Amino acid sequence: MNLNYWSWDTFFDALPVILQGLGITIGLTFASYLFALIFGFLWTFLRRIPNRFVHFIVTWTMEFIRSTPPLVQLFFIYYALPVIPYIGISLHPFACAVLGLGIHFSTYIGEIYRSGIENVDKGQWEASTALNISTWDKWRKIILPQAIPPTIPMLGNYFIIMFKEVPLASTIGVAGIMLLARSYGAENWSYLEPLTIVGIIFLVLSYPSAVLIKKLENRFNKRFHKNQIMKDKGAMQ
Amino acid sequence: MAEPIVTYQDVHKSFGDVEVLKGIDLDIYPAEKVAVIGPSGSGKTTIIRLLMTLEQPTAGDIIVDGRNLWKMEKNGKWVHANENHLRSIRGDIGMVFQHFNLFPHMTILENCMTAPIHVKNEEKNDVKKRSIEMLERVGLGDKLDNYPSQLSGGQKQRVAMARALVMRPKIMLFDEVTSALDPELVGEVLNVIRDIAENDDMAMVLVTHEMDFALDIADKVLFLDEGVIAEQGTASEVIEHSENPRVQSFLQRFRG
Ligand SMILES: Nc1ncnc2c1ncn2[C@@H]1O[C@H](COP(=O)(O)OP(=O)(O)OP(=O)(O)O)[C@@H](O)[C@H]1O
Ligand SMILES: [Mg+2]
Repeated sequence: MNLNYWSWDTFFDALPVILQGLGITIGLTFASYLFALIFGFLWTFLRRIPNRFVHFIVTWTMEFIRSTPPLVQLFFIYYALPVIPYIGISLHPFACAVLGLGIHFSTYIGEIYRSGIENVDKGQWEASTALNISTWDKWRKIILPQAIPPTIPMLGNYFIIMFKEVPLASTIGVAGIMLLARSYGAENWSYLEPLTIVGIIFLVLSYPSAVLIKKLENRFNKRFHKNQIMKDKGAMQ
Repeated sequence: MAEPIVTYQDVHKSFGDVEVLKGIDLDIYPAEKVAVIGPSGSGKTTIIRLLMTLEQPTAGDIIVDGRNLWKMEKNGKWVHANENHLRSIRGDIGMVFQHFNLFPHMTILENCMTAPIHVKNEEKNDVKKRSIEMLERVGLGDKLDNYPSQLSGGQKQRVAMARALVMRPKIMLFDEVTSALDPELVGEVLNVIRDIAENDDMAMVLVTHEMDFALDIADKVLFLDEGVIAEQGTASEVIEHSENPRVQSFLQRFRG
């Protein structure tokens, strides 16, 4: 059998070229994830503003962002935003991608925070009030330290999900591995090897990340239930 | 007699269409021990939650140490209290809850220290010393570094009391603090309350179903029925000698 559609020469020729984009791909993942983590808080707190109008606006904005494809949002920020008079700004593709992916995923992250906060017992708020703790310290010392840890596994999953969405940024010219693979393909009339390389890179990076997150989750579960475990130990002695 | 430290003036509270408190008038004097008794749903918890600022009254005024709790003066007009105003008064009041509400992510020492450090900006070492003294006083000096989940219900409730006491309130509120406990743990908690009642000069308001305990420590007993104070007097007047048929039938259910 003659495998004339696959060339190891091309493969090894393309590999170093594509790997040059790895830093950007990973950097974009971290940057947009960080953006989403921070922006997620913003949604969570905006939604808590006790005003029906604000609540309505915020809820529907989130719904809108979540039900529109991230690709459309990227295109909008990159191509359409600069054309809008007065508010339009034209940004570097990397910045557009951070903004687009970051905002899109911040709506999911915001939901995760919200569920974490809602799972904190109402009595914790009341005890904080009874102790005259300020609103700021209530969040910082009492509520968030209980709300966030249980959401860490879910937040970790979103990191991997975002990582896999990062190739979308190639469509607006972010020179990550996906864009480099595509241009290599276009120049050499051969897409099979470069795209296979991209697939392998994602596999090689996603799988260990997933394992790592699982480990983190286990460790965290142990820590979070430490008190319970210590109690059980105490009972055995 | 001295000026009351807390006064309720025709206080009403509704949840939606349901009026739960229908005009409460009440004076609480410094160091006075007030027991609140009455059937389930009569509004006992609501009365003290209004004072702790966990609920807002629908009408009427609550005066704490001469200041209106839920209203403040602004440009010569009375407006609804803001958080700053509430905080300036709330420091005088402490509360112990039925379900303890300890902070599960903190050791019991940290539970006691958090509020004084962050609310009162007190020196950490002073707070620590005072917290340890207080935890020793409630009999938990050997558990400082334990987490709440490692304690029994009675121990948790004693931590909750120490935590409230470290703030040095002038008024302490207790909402059925023994009713979530196993019967054999009730005594240790009541003993701590008795100790506080006898040795500290705080005013105390106790919502309780422990009639003998109320008889023992209360200067004044309120019988609450369907949102009104149906009977008020000394413990002996209300619990032992009331002529009010509602009070009698309520007490009968306890005595069995
Ligand atoms: N947040 C709330 N929303 C709606 N109704 C409420 C709320 N809190 C209390 N109520 C109602 O108000 C009434 C009085 O409640 P409250 O808790 O003050 O009674 P209680 O005398 O403490 O009763 P118990 O002995 O059962 O604790 C009850 O009918 C209760 O259902
Ligand atoms: Mg109650």
